[in-house]
Amino acid sequence: MFQYLVRRLLDLVVVLFGVSLLVFAMVRFIPGDAVAIMLGANTDITPDRVEALRRQIGLDLPVYEQYWNWLKAALRGDLGTSIWTGTPVLQEITARLPATFEITFLALVLAIVLSFPLGVLAARARGTSGDVLVRVLTIIGLTLPSFWVGVLFLYFFSLYLPWWPAIGYVPFTTDPLGNLARVALPTVAVSLPMVAGLTRILRSGLLEVLSSDYVRTARAKGVGERGLFYKHALRNAMIPVITVVGVQLGYLLSGVVVIEQVFAIPGIGRLMLGAINERNYPLLQGVVLIVTAVFVVVNLLVDLAYAWIDPRVEYS
Amino acid sequence: MSVRRFFTRLWRNRVGFIGFVIAAIVVLAALTGPWLAPYDPLAQAIRERFQGPSVKHLLGTDNFGRDTLSRILYGYRTSVLVSLGAVGIATIVGGTLGLLAAFWGGWRDRIIMRVMDVLLAFPIILLAIGVLAVLGPGAFNTGLAIGLVYTPVFARLARGPALTVLSWDYVAAARALGGGAGRVLGKHVAPNVMAPILVQVTLSLSTAILVEASLSFLGLGTQPPTPSLGLMLSESRGTMLLSPWVSVFSGAAILLASFGFNLFGDGLRDLLDPTLRDA
Repeated sequence: MFQYLVRRLLDLVVVLFGVSLLVFAMVRFIPGDAVAIMLGANTDITPDRVEALRRQIGLDLPVYEQYWNWLKAALRGDLGTSIWTGTPVLQEITARLPATFEITFLALVLAIVLSFPLGVLAARARGTSGDVLVRVLTIIGLTLPSFWVGVLFLYFFSLYLPWWPAIGYVPFTTDPLGNLARVALPTVAVSLPMVAGLTRILRSGLLEVLSSDYVRTARAKGVGERGLFYKHALRNAMIPVITVVGVQLGYLLSGVVVIEQVFAIPGIGRLMLGAINERNYPLLQGVVLIVTAVFVVVNLLVDLAYAWIDPRVEYS
Repeated sequence: MSVRRFFTRLWRNRVGFIGFVIAAIVVLAALTGPWLAPYDPLAQAIRERFQGPSVKHLLGTDNFGRDTLSRILYGYRTSVLVSLGAVGIATIVGGTLGLLAAFWGGWRDRIIMRVMDVLLAFPIILLAIGVLAVLGPGAFNTGLAIGLVYTPVFARLARGPALTVLSWDYVAAARALGGGAGRVLGKHVAPNVMAPILVQVTLSLSTAILVEASLSFLGLGTQPPTPSLGLMLSESRGTMLLSPWVSVFSGAAILLASFGFNLFGDGLRDLLDPTLRDA
């Protein structure tokens, strides 16, 4: 286990190094002069200012030196300053992370809570006429565009529950109820595809375990059907669910980034769009770097949890 | 498996067959949209604004009096072409990289797969947004961005089974007889790893349609006036209380396309990959 941990940590460092290279290279891939594009049509900009900005970003140095300086600063938490406001990029990002992470986390919890009863129901429908219905419903759920669901929610709430604060965001610490009321709709909308995904995996996990030798043995020994299902089958069927949570989190986060636009939530999705519109590349780089780093670390934690829960995992 | 036998088995797998039919209709609608569409998708008719579904406008009109059905048909064209292009790029580039990694082994294998790991580390929408920020918005660039996002998926998918096939005696023999990468991979390995790739192509089309719609919804994908489903849904929000059908139908059209491909892929997996049945 220890060796496995060390190896995974080394993998993590290599991947993060690659991620940082790519994020750094992003600005260099922009066709034309990135600085000129960043400054855009702003006519107040004098050539001096352009040169200053160029130096500030370090574009006057050799590429490897630029990368090295950028990486060193990034590791210290210095991701540069926003071109227009002059605020440190890190500060702008940390101000926006809570909303995005809150919705992602709540949607994850909601999906896990809902998928358990649904997965059990779906497994029980095996071989009945409900089987096809389960299959079609889960695939509809999987392919449901969550931003569309969000738009429909907004429509119905503005028609029938106009007093509901459907749009915007307030921090939980300022107004707990107001916060929950505002995040409820986007949370439900983005979690639906994940509910379907987890239900499907739990169902097939259950069916696989139920047809395994040890369940047959337990049945032969006289364990009741209820005990079989909940004690023997469900526990083991949970394992594949954990393995996909990491992958599903990526989809979930993607859903949140888009739904922020529907519900006017000041999260990282809107921050990125704003950064693109004002050609604020340091900010954009910062968001991609930080969110991806968090994402990679969370995925590692999920994998470790999986290895810890399932003793059959080989550490080779 | 012959084409005929394939369809017989697909027919028996009811769900997969329905998926195939829906996906085929979507692709046909995309290809023949310009001939099927009753109106010009861009033609504004101020006197026919905000009309509900009727015989004249089956799916109603929007705030400019543009026909929703015609716009959806043209939207499918963008959506399906961009998704097909993206998944095509990912399959060819990713598949080839995966096969080559398996064939070469050693440091070249490690480097290729490391790069793929790095690409996979990004949450998909973040990578796509980053690429579009660099390339600029537009349907073509959206296809490139989604293609890049999906490339590592196909590289991984091709490499695993390719390693197994390369260890088979007759393939090893072909290699020992001096068969180069192109010959061994093209003649012996590729046909044997096709099944999981085909399944993945179909499932990826399903998600690529959603990603394309998301990016267009955000304003980074297809740009107006080119009709696009994500863009339509986004634009319709402003007048949703007056013409909700535009939002309802454009979103439903995205769902239908993605659903059809996913159902088809699900059925294909049952047919082509017996080990994954029920997964």
